[in-house]
Amino acid sequence: MIGRIVQFFGNTANVRLKWRIFVAVLVVIVFADFLVLRDHGEYFWDLLPGWGAGFGFVSCVVIIFVSKFIGHQGGIMRDEDYYD
Amino acid sequence: MTDWIHPALIFLAGALVLPLLKGHFRQLWQLAIPLAALASVAIMTPGEYGGFNFVGQKLLIAKVDKLALVFAWVFTIMAVIGCLYSLHVRSAAQHVAAFLYVGSALGVVFAGDWFTLLVSWEIMAFASAYLIFAADGLAATRAGMRYLMVHVTGGVLLFGGIVLHGQETGSYLFGPIAETGGLAYSLILISFIINAAVPPLNAWLTDAYPEATVTGAVFLSAFTTKTAIYVLIRAYPGTEVLVWLGAVMALYGVIYAVLENDCRRLLAYHIVSQVGYMVAGVGIGTEMALNGSASHAFAHIIYKGLLFMGAGAVIHMTGRRKLTELGGLYRTMPWTVALYMIGAFAISAFPLFSGFVSKSMVVAAAAGDQRAVIVLMLTVASSGTFLHTGLKLPYYMFFGRDCGLRPTEPPINMLLAMGIAAVLCVGIGVLPGLLYGMLPHPVNYHPYTGAHVTESLNILMFTALAFFLFLRSLDPERTISLDTDWAYRRGSGLFMWVANRPLARWEQMITSLSDTVIWRWLNIGAHFSLIGDLKGVDAVVNSVARTALRCGAVMRRVQSGVVSHYAGAMISGVLACIALYVFLWAA
Repeated sequence: MIGRIVQFFGNTANVRLKWRIFVAVLVVIVFADFLVLRDHGEYFWDLLPGWGAGFGFVSCVVIIFVSKFIGHQGGIMRDEDYYD
Repeated sequence: MTDWIHPALIFLAGALVLPLLKGHFRQLWQLAIPLAALASVAIMTPGEYGGFNFVGQKLLIAKVDKLALVFAWVFTIMAVIGCLYSLHVRSAAQHVAAFLYVGSALGVVFAGDWFTLLVSWEIMAFASAYLIFAADGLAATRAGMRYLMVHVTGGVLLFGGIVLHGQETGSYLFGPIAETGGLAYSLILISFIINAAVPPLNAWLTDAYPEATVTGAVFLSAFTTKTAIYVLIRAYPGTEVLVWLGAVMALYGVIYAVLENDCRRLLAYHIVSQVGYMVAGVGIGTEMALNGSASHAFAHIIYKGLLFMGAGAVIHMTGRRKLTELGGLYRTMPWTVALYMIGAFAISAFPLFSGFVSKSMVVAAAAGDQRAVIVLMLTVASSGTFLHTGLKLPYYMFFGRDCGLRPTEPPINMLLAMGIAAVLCVGIGVLPGLLYGMLPHPVNYHPYTGAHVTESLNILMFTALAFFLFLRSLDPERTISLDTDWAYRRGSGLFMWVANRPLARWEQMITSLSDTVIWRWLNIGAHFSLIGDLKGVDAVVNSVARTALRCGAVMRRVQSGVVSHYAGAMISGVLACIALYVFLWAA
């Protein structure tokens, strides 16, 4: 059982199917985010449906590119034998 | 005292006996000791144990309360898991070190006074360092040495702080430290945040943990940083600077994890990131925030152990640790993949996994304390957590480009240990009441509200969407990342250069100067002083002696032994005195 699930996710032949499932999941959870009860929230974004989706996407993109920029341009990433 | 056994003593006894045992008896012992410790925690009742007076100071070996018990529970549970995971390791020394490490961590957790804490703290540093040295090889030895140097420095700061604190307050009982502006406050705080790996004092962790043995790293990931969180909760609740340090720390680990190629170093940077939530919680200092820190420490120890066990299993079976050299292992290691992913879902705070019920408590506490910026920083960090431990690491390690290796699943004891941790990760997530019931303060928090669940799912799944869209930008590169350990790794080079070049040259110059100039003048001086001694001092001494001899000879002739001579001399003397007197008086 576990083995078959893992094989399914690993198999590159299923790429299209996996994307379809993934997109379906995204649609469902965004839809759910619009339906849930929002009776209280500390900040405005707590009352904003779809906030999580946008925030998750944007912060992931920011993390990737800001980190890579700091790593490459800030002199953080060095050759593996730097300390030798 | 009779109905209470300090679990540290159980580990100490276990460590003493273990090297004497062999084969299956030793393996049995390896499991029996942490289980016995777990049992001793289970039957423990709050109270004070082992108090005594020492040179006029009250010391207290153990103080048991709810906070100490939360950490004691998770430490002993993790000890059972870690010992099962390392059951196949033959080196007795590693097991002894692990026992001493867990035991001393428990010593810190129960410490009722500062000296018990200090002693446990130091044992913890040395025992844990052995788990790095045991990996053998130059890289491990050097990393272990650096690790030890940092912790010894932290220990000295702690010692100094404790002595000053004791002088200020007159008590050595462990408790909250009031900010009086004294040096003790800062010294102890710095020594604590060194162990919590707060940037810029974080590099010892990410430098050393990936160099440890496969099984050693599992223990390391659990205890040192979490004892630091424990003592911070005890001594520094509500310290404003910790809120910001924690939030920065949560992001710091995330940024470095993007750049990292070594699988266990990536996980180590996520220890830094996750401990950031706990540090921030301590800084916020409300009951809910402290509950959040304690519960997140509990959940974190289990899922981070699971992640380190998963990465360790890959290293154990393939001998490789760089993401650029791994990939496609899912074909032959499906169980490792599945168990690792449970840990990844837990650290990413997916609903129904442990991180969801603990991490969100810290974030909710920050929101309740009107700290919007902190809330946003911590939410970005949780997106980054899933990005790395849930997506990047498993993608490049287990899926992605096929590296061609076909390793089998790891030994059954490793899989079982991972299985127990995975069950706990899910169990805590599904039944958060079990964990909440153990927390130091009453919990009035419900993680499973509709809005919270959908918002978390949206953040995580859209993080995944961005990951898959920008996958190529995340490809690991064959590089290392410079961290603050640069200062002492390069700094030590500078130190050695100063010692070898300017200092050694100066020393050489002084030596040759003394050989040529000073030594010659000293010789000449000595020659003249010898002449002066012989011709001057000796001559005077000799003539005085000769004069004394001559006088003696003359005196001998005067002493004739005839009474009439002595009488004549006396009479003439008396006459001479009278004559002198008359003469002087007349004058």
